Amino acid sequence: MLSAVKAKDGKPRALRSRKKQRAGFIAVCTVPTVILFTVFMLLPTADVFYMSLFRMSSLSLNKEFIGLQNFQILFRDEKFWQAFRNNLFFIVFVTAVTMTVSLFFAGLLAQTELIEKPFYRTVFFFPNVLSLVVIGVLFVQIYDPTMGILTSTLKTIHSEGLIHAWLGEKSTVRWCISAAMIWQAVGYYMVMYMAGMDGIPKDLYEVANIEGMGKFRQFFSITLPLMWEIIRVTIVFFIISTINMSFVFVKVMTPTGGPSGQAEVLLTYMYKQAFTNSNFGYAMAVGVFVFLFSFVLAIISNRLTAKEVIEY
Amino acid sequence: MKNAKLQKWSGKLIVRVVLLLFTAVVLLPIIWTFYTSFKTSSEFLTNAWALPAGLHWDNYKNALEKGNMLAYFWNSAYITLIALVFVVFLAVPTAYVTSRFPFRFSKGLSILFMAGLFVSQNYIVIPIFLSLNKIQNFLNQYVMFQHLEITNNLTVLALIYAVCELPFTIYLLTGFFRTIPHDYEDAAQIDGCGYFGTLFRIIVPMAKPAMITVIMFNFMSFWNEYIMATTILKEQKWTLPVGLANLMEQQKFATDWGAMFAGMVLVMIPTMILYSLVQNKLTEGISMGGLKG
Repeated sequence: MLSAVKAKDGKPRALRSRKKQRAGFIAVCTVPTVILFTVFMLLPTADVFYMSLFRMSSLSLNKEFIGLQNFQILFRDEKFWQAFRNNLFFIVFVTAVTMTVSLFFAGLLAQTELIEKPFYRTVFFFPNVLSLVVIGVLFVQIYDPTMGILTSTLKTIHSEGLIHAWLGEKSTVRWCISAAMIWQAVGYYMVMYMAGMDGIPKDLYEVANIEGMGKFRQFFSITLPLMWEIIRVTIVFFIISTINMSFVFVKVMTPTGGPSGQAEVLLTYMYKQAFTNSNFGYAMAVGVFVFLFSFVLAIISNRLTAKEVIEY
Repeated sequence: MKNAKLQKWSGKLIVRVVLLLFTAVVLLPIIWTFYTSFKTSSEFLTNAWALPAGLHWDNYKNALEKGNMLAYFWNSAYITLIALVFVVFLAVPTAYVTSRFPFRFSKGLSILFMAGLFVSQNYIVIPIFLSLNKIQNFLNQYVMFQHLEITNNLTVLALIYAVCELPFTIYLLTGFFRTIPHDYEDAAQIDGCGYFGTLFRIIVPMAKPAMITVIMFNFMSFWNEYIMATTILKEQKWTLPVGLANLMEQQKFATDWGAMFAGMVLVMIPTMILYSLVQNKLTEGISMGGLKG
């Protein structure tokens, strides 16, 4: 401000050059970013939509415009619907368990003042920094029928009846993959919920204690309502990240999509259509579906959870 | 009085037991991975929980040499470093300008980058892969570009990584830059500091906490990235996650469990070292409002 005034008083030329400098600075700062962002993000995204309207048979890329035919085939494709159902399973189950467990632990840590609180936070968060591939590989070993610790533990406690082929059986494969996903996500959400709980004024709990309100009641009638905004954000976040994470986990843990496609998810199906069948147009139709589906789901859950924000 | 104290103490004990149980659920698989990586092939066939008789370092030798993990380690280090440089030098000036220099397109730009938050690498990887191939085919027609390889190129992939993280990085930095008072820039300008000087000598040092958060999160996502790397890179250029996934595939035929467990440890160790150094800042970063997937 000051410099602009000074320039106006005496030297209009300096003002003009200053203006030019400003414009130049803005250009240097934004133009390279905008170009690269367009090339590697906007155009590919547009390409996803564009390609979904074509039949593209192989890498040679002979393409033929077929309108919405890919989508018509898609909606009659039994394998696509199976992948969709599996994805819904992961979204609902993984979200429900991760949220309950992480809220539970965050509540425990917030309400009891333990000296070793930072220790638990550090440990629980740790899986989140590991590569999803490492976690996938690790859980494949845990479930291994010969040298895995799960089967081995069940044998040690003489519960042979509970032993399954884990990732090789239709009835268990999705639960086993979910466990890996929950294991990696709990700490992250716990840390986030803990931050939210730290923001709640302590005197509310003191009053509740004096009134003789139990810890569980306090959790449900003070903590949860006051954290509702954070929980809402995380639900939308859960949906998007589960769709993306299930891709890596399924790809690493059951490269074929599990026994009779029982673990196939939308994005692994897309990837297979593209790189195994060279069916790029069709794959992009699945991509468009995933994009719209996550968007719509995010909006719906946002509407459903809308509530008046409680001020405190 | 005494009774109330006892009750409180026993309540804490129950909480501790529950928390320690979950601690075991988190830590045991990792501890198991570490000591199992020292087992010999025959030891793998006995009880899975059993400790190895000795330290069988050959597993690490196999992973590093036969499994080629050493080469993949350097590829990962290179791609992570280059992508970090790209993302910082692209995002910092852009976030600075869009948050503090109102101009005709500044609102539009912010919205554009925000929209990028909804795009997932997992499906744009296919158009990117096809486009890179197309450009490569085009380049191959000319003698002067014969040795230019862009499809299997770590630097190109690093640039793509950086661009994919731009929306999140710009979002986080913009929020932070907005909180810095304008007085600093005015003072700097009176002292004759140019725009770039102000940005790099005044604003960036002030934004240190945000910079650290941004670098940490991006380090994690670059170091751990899998889908793009496995799609775009070929064997000699693979990164650690791709190499590890491949080691697991090989293991199915060669049953070299030792090398695979050693490989897992090798991928985990750098992240563990970094985590031990920055874990406080990392969890703080999340509380600060850094949502990240």
